[in-house]
Amino acid sequence: MAAWRVLGKRRLPPLAARGWRLAPERGAECGEAAPGRASRFCPPRKSGHDWIGPPDKLSNLRPVHFHVPEHESPAEQKLRELRQETQDWNQRFWARQNLAFRKEKEEFIHSRLKEKGLGLRTESGQKATLNAEEMADFYKEFLSKNFQKHMCYNRDWYRRNLAITYLMGRVALERAWDRLRPKPKTRS
Amino acid sequence: MAASPHTLSSRLLAGGAGGCVWYLERRAAQGSPHRFMHLFRNAGKQWVTFQHFAFLKRMYVTQLNRSLRQQIKPKSEPMTSSFLEKSSSSQAKAEVYEMKPFAPSSLSLPRKPNETKLIELEPASIIEGSVDVGKETKDEKQWKEMKLRVDDLPGILARLSKIKLTALVVSTTSAGFALAPGPFDLSCFLLTSLGTGLASCAANSINQFFEVPFDSNMNRTKNRPLVRGQISPLLAVAFATCCAVPGVALLTWGVNPLTGALGLFNIFLYTCCYTPLKRVSIANTWVGAVVGAIPPVMGWTAATGSLDAGAFLLGGILYSWQFPHFNALSWGLREDYSRGGYCMMSVTHPALCRRVALRHCLALLALSAAAPALGVTTWTFPAIALPINLYISYLGFRFYVDADRKSSRKLFFCSLWHLPLLLLLMLTCKRPADRDGGQPRS
Repeated sequence: MAAWRVLGKRRLPPLAARGWRLAPERGAECGEAAPGRASRFCPPRKSGHDWIGPPDKLSNLRPVHFHVPEHESPAEQKLRELRQETQDWNQRFWARQNLAFRKEKEEFIHSRLKEKGLGLRTESGQKATLNAEEMADFYKEFLSKNFQKHMCYNRDWYRRNLAITYLMGRVALERAWDRLRPKPKTRS
Repeated sequence: MAASPHTLSSRLLAGGAGGCVWYLERRAAQGSPHRFMHLFRNAGKQWVTFQHFAFLKRMYVTQLNRSLRQQIKPKSEPMTSSFLEKSSSSQAKAEVYEMKPFAPSSLSLPRKPNETKLIELEPASIIEGSVDVGKETKDEKQWKEMKLRVDDLPGILARLSKIKLTALVVSTTSAGFALAPGPFDLSCFLLTSLGTGLASCAANSINQFFEVPFDSNMNRTKNRPLVRGQISPLLAVAFATCCAVPGVALLTWGVNPLTGALGLFNIFLYTCCYTPLKRVSIANTWVGAVVGAIPPVMGWTAATGSLDAGAFLLGGILYSWQFPHFNALSWGLREDYSRGGYCMMSVTHPALCRRVALRHCLALLALSAAAPALGVTTWTFPAIALPINLYISYLGFRFYVDADRKSSRKLFFCSLWHLPLLLLLMLTCKRPADRDGGQPRS
C-alpha cells in the first residue's frame, strides 16, 4: 500500500489495470458532482457518457451521473447544471411525495381499523389492510389535498423539460458545427 | 397486481403469440433479481459464520460466495478499488453494522490485513471486502452507460412509439376505410395506414417525453425508454418530428387534405390537450375518447373524401367504447393515480366513473342499431351484434352495482375482444353498393 502511494495518485496501481474505478480524485469528483445518495457510483474514467442508475427507493427516479468533458463549452456546462439541478429538484419532490403518501396511508389504515375495532395485525400476524373500496376515500382525499402542489410541479416540470431539450438541441448543433467547420491550427 | 391487467391487455391486443412471448419474458426477467438477492443474502450469512475460522478457510468461503454471485469482473479489480473509493469505508461500516456478530473493532479489519499483505497475498483483500464490495458491485452493475447502441434502437423506438397501441389505432383506421362506401383503393388504403401509423408514433413519443417522472412512479409505465434513460429527450422529440412531418404530409398530399388535417388535429389533441389535462381535470377522459374516435373517421374520410354520417357513426362507436374500456382499467390503478397526481374519475368521482361506463355500454347498443339506419351496414348487423352488446352492457351493469375489482377486470377484458369483434361484424354486414349508382344511400 505504501509503495503504491509513493507512485503518486496519477499512476495506475498494478492491480487495477483496467481503469475502472481508480484514483481518489475521481472519487472526489464523483462526490462533488453528484451530491446525495447516488454519489457512491463512479463511472469508468474512459467513459465519455453519462451513466444512469437503478430507481431510487424513495422517489422511483433513476439518478444520472453526468459526465464532465475535458473541454466543456459554456452551453454544455449550462445544460449539465440545469439537468443536475432538475434531477435534484425532481428527487426532492417525489421522495417527499411518496413518503407523505406512505405515511398518510398508514395513518388512514390505523384510524379506520381502530374505528372498526380491529387490531393492527390479523390473526396470522400479518399487517392488517383495508380493501380497495375502503382505501378509495383515502386516495380521493390525498389527490385533492395535493392538487395545488401538483399544479405548481407540473408547470415547473414542463418548463424545465422543454428548457433542457432546447439546450440539448443547441449543444448538439454546436458539436455538429465544431466537427464540420474547418479546424483551426492545432497547438504544438 | 395493478400491472398485470395491462400487460395482459397488451398481449391480447397484439393478438397472438408474439405478445405472449413478450409477457412471459418480462415475467421471467422480473423473477431473476429476486433469486439473485436470495443467493446473496445466504452468501452473506455464510460469511458471517465463517469469519472466526482460519484465514485459508475464509478464503475458500469467499471464493464460493463470489462464484455464487457470478461476478463478471476479474477478481483483483473490485477488491482493490473498494479501498480506493472514498465511499467504501461508509459502505463497510454499513455492512458491519448489519451483521450483528461483528465487534465494532472489526471495522478496522477490512483495512489492516490488506495494508500488510496486499502484495504478498492478493486474495487477502478479497475476504474482508467481499460482502462490502458484493453489495457495491451489485448496485454498480445496475448503473448503465447512457450510450445509444444502434442495435437497440429499433426496440427502443418501438417502445417509445407504443407500437402495439399504434397497431390498434391503425387497425381501427383500416376498419373505417373498409367500411366506407365506394371501391376499395389499395394504394390509398396503404398510404392512409402508413400516415396514421406515423402520426400515432409521433403522438405517443411526445406523450412519453412529457411524462417521464410520472411514468417512473407508476408500475405500469416504469420501464419506458425515457424513464430508463435508453434514449435522450432530444432524440425522442427528433423521432417524433421525423414521424409527424412525413405522416401528416403523406396524409395531406397522398390521401386528401381533410384526412391530413384530422391527423394533425389528433396529434395536437393527444399531446397538448389530453396529456397535460390528465393532471388537471377528469375531463381528460372525454378528450381521450375523442382522440380514440378520430382514427376510424380518418379512415372513412380517406376513402370518401368527406365527413358523412357514417364517419360520425364509426367515430361514435369508438368514442363510446373508450369509456367502459378505460374506466374499468382505471378502477384498479387508483392508488398509482392518487400518488402520482393524476385526475381520474375512478379516484375523484367513483360513482360517475361507473355510471359513465354503463351509459356508454348502452350507447353502443343504440349506435349499433343506428348503423343500418345510416346506411353503413345491413339490418343483420344489430341482430348479430346484439349478444355481445348485451353482454358488455351486462358487465357494465355489474361494474356499476358491485363497484369492485372483479367486476372492473371482467368489464375491461370484455372490452378488449368486444371492439375487434364488433368491427369485424360490421365489415361482414357492410351494406353492398347499389346496382345502379354504386353509392349506397346514406
